[in-house]
Amino acid sequence: MRIPDSILQIDRRIIFLLIGAAVCIPLLLKPRFQDSPTPIVQSIFDTVERLPSGSRVFLSFDYGPDTAPELDPMAKALVRHTMTRGHEVSFFTLFPEGVGQIKKITDNLLPVEFPDKAYGRDFVNLGYKAGLGGAINTMVVNFRTLVNADAEGTPLDDLPITADVDEMVDYVIILSLTAGDPGLKEWIQFAGDIAGIPVMGGGTAVVAPELYPYYPQQLVGLMGGLKGASEYESALVDRYPAYRNATMEATMRMGPQVVTHVLIVLLVLLGNLAYFLGRSGRADRTGRTGQGNRTG
Amino acid sequence: MRRRIPLIITFIIGVVLITGYFVTRGPFNTLYESFSDYFAIITVFAFILGGGSLLKIHLKRVSSRATDWPYSVVTLVAFLVTLVIGLFKVGNPGGMGGEILASGSWLRFMFDGVYNPLSATMFSLLAFFVASASYRAFRARTKEATILLSAAMVILLGRTPVGAWLTAWMPESLAFLELPNLANWIMAWPNTAGQRAIMIGIALGVIATSLRIILGIERNYLGRGE
Repeated sequence: MRIPDSILQIDRRIIFLLIGAAVCIPLLLKPRFQDSPTPIVQSIFDTVERLPSGSRVFLSFDYGPDTAPELDPMAKALVRHTMTRGHEVSFFTLFPEGVGQIKKITDNLLPVEFPDKAYGRDFVNLGYKAGLGGAINTMVVNFRTLVNADAEGTPLDDLPITADVDEMVDYVIILSLTAGDPGLKEWIQFAGDIAGIPVMGGGTAVVAPELYPYYPQQLVGLMGGLKGASEYESALVDRYPAYRNATMEATMRMGPQVVTHVLIVLLVLLGNLAYFLGRSGRADRTGRTGQGNRTG
Repeated sequence: MRRRIPLIITFIIGVVLITGYFVTRGPFNTLYESFSDYFAIITVFAFILGGGSLLKIHLKRVSSRATDWPYSVVTLVAFLVTLVIGLFKVGNPGGMGGEILASGSWLRFMFDGVYNPLSATMFSLLAFFVASASYRAFRARTKEATILLSAAMVILLGRTPVGAWLTAWMPESLAFLELPNLANWIMAWPNTAGQRAIMIGIALGVIATSLRIILGIERNYLGRGE
């Protein structure tokens, strides 16, 4: 077998092993790649930053555990920022699995990093509502019809944070973390455009390209994939140096992502090089054979 | 008659919803609000239909010993165990009045200890297959494939600090050629243009199909039975 052909036919298990190493080694060595926020991410940060303390923020966790490695860091960065600014946050989800994602924040992050923040006063979990985009429409048309209690059934009137919330427009911004449909796109179409509430948030690297057409008119800002989360974390650390020593998951996970991206680029280049070398080699042989046939 | 009544219902609701969207007062608006509420209620019933359908399909597979039927047993057991534990809050420290995903509850354990890692594992496998597939199939065979390949390379490197490092030597006047700037440009311009074209095309298709359904021209959704 010629060299280009043998390169093209590398056992896929070798590639799997390389990818495994590209992910695991940076996780162990923990290299730090500091990002600077791009305008599309900075605009979310600036909007949250400029809101007066105590503003009502609606944060929708529209994702499940499968996309959590990309979206959890965004959720944590946004929660840290909104809580530091003293905003009142209502957690919500259009994904059944999103309930578990919210619980990770309310049970693990908030009691540890913000012990002074109280449930029902500073944040609330409105839980999951079925109906995909239709649920958003119902909330905009008649908020209390769909959401009349928190996730555990406590009436909204009994919670100080939601007692005055009668309509969706009582929230000053909508933040959504999106893994697909329903997500940011539906929040823009059914809430942002219709009720005029500024919409912003983040999406997986796969979803983000679909959301660019809405920026900047209908979508205030967008965090795309782990890179977007890392940029937001960097903006947070720049503005609030106290977070310099906090665990910034996206910044940490950029290590494996960088090495994996570089490895994939190298593999594609190697594959193309072998392909073209093999093709020119075959063309040469065909040419020689063809000539031989003609002469013969 | 079995076909005519659904057609009439579809027509009336379609016209009311479209009119209610544009006419924000009077009876149309009231009906629009009511239909939005009905929609939220009806969608919940989809879960019952979905659960029933899942049970029916997999029970049938098990009873007929269809190919790979043991997987259906796993599906059924997982479905029923989760359903019972979730509905009756089995193993919940707060009993029936406790939080659905309370710390220490069985459902929370299943979510954190089983569902979470399984979902993450399935999704992370993508990285391995994407790498293998792109190595084998991502070739600059044609002009179009070369453009796609170049864009992918720029995005892959431009979305990492390595991209910035590789092109940091460029003079200020050529800053637009730095990989992160090129990646941002691709996302903001060619990608947006392409996405907009697709979205507008889909929207026009949805409008056309919706009108055909409302006017009773498109009837496939009713099925073939008379």
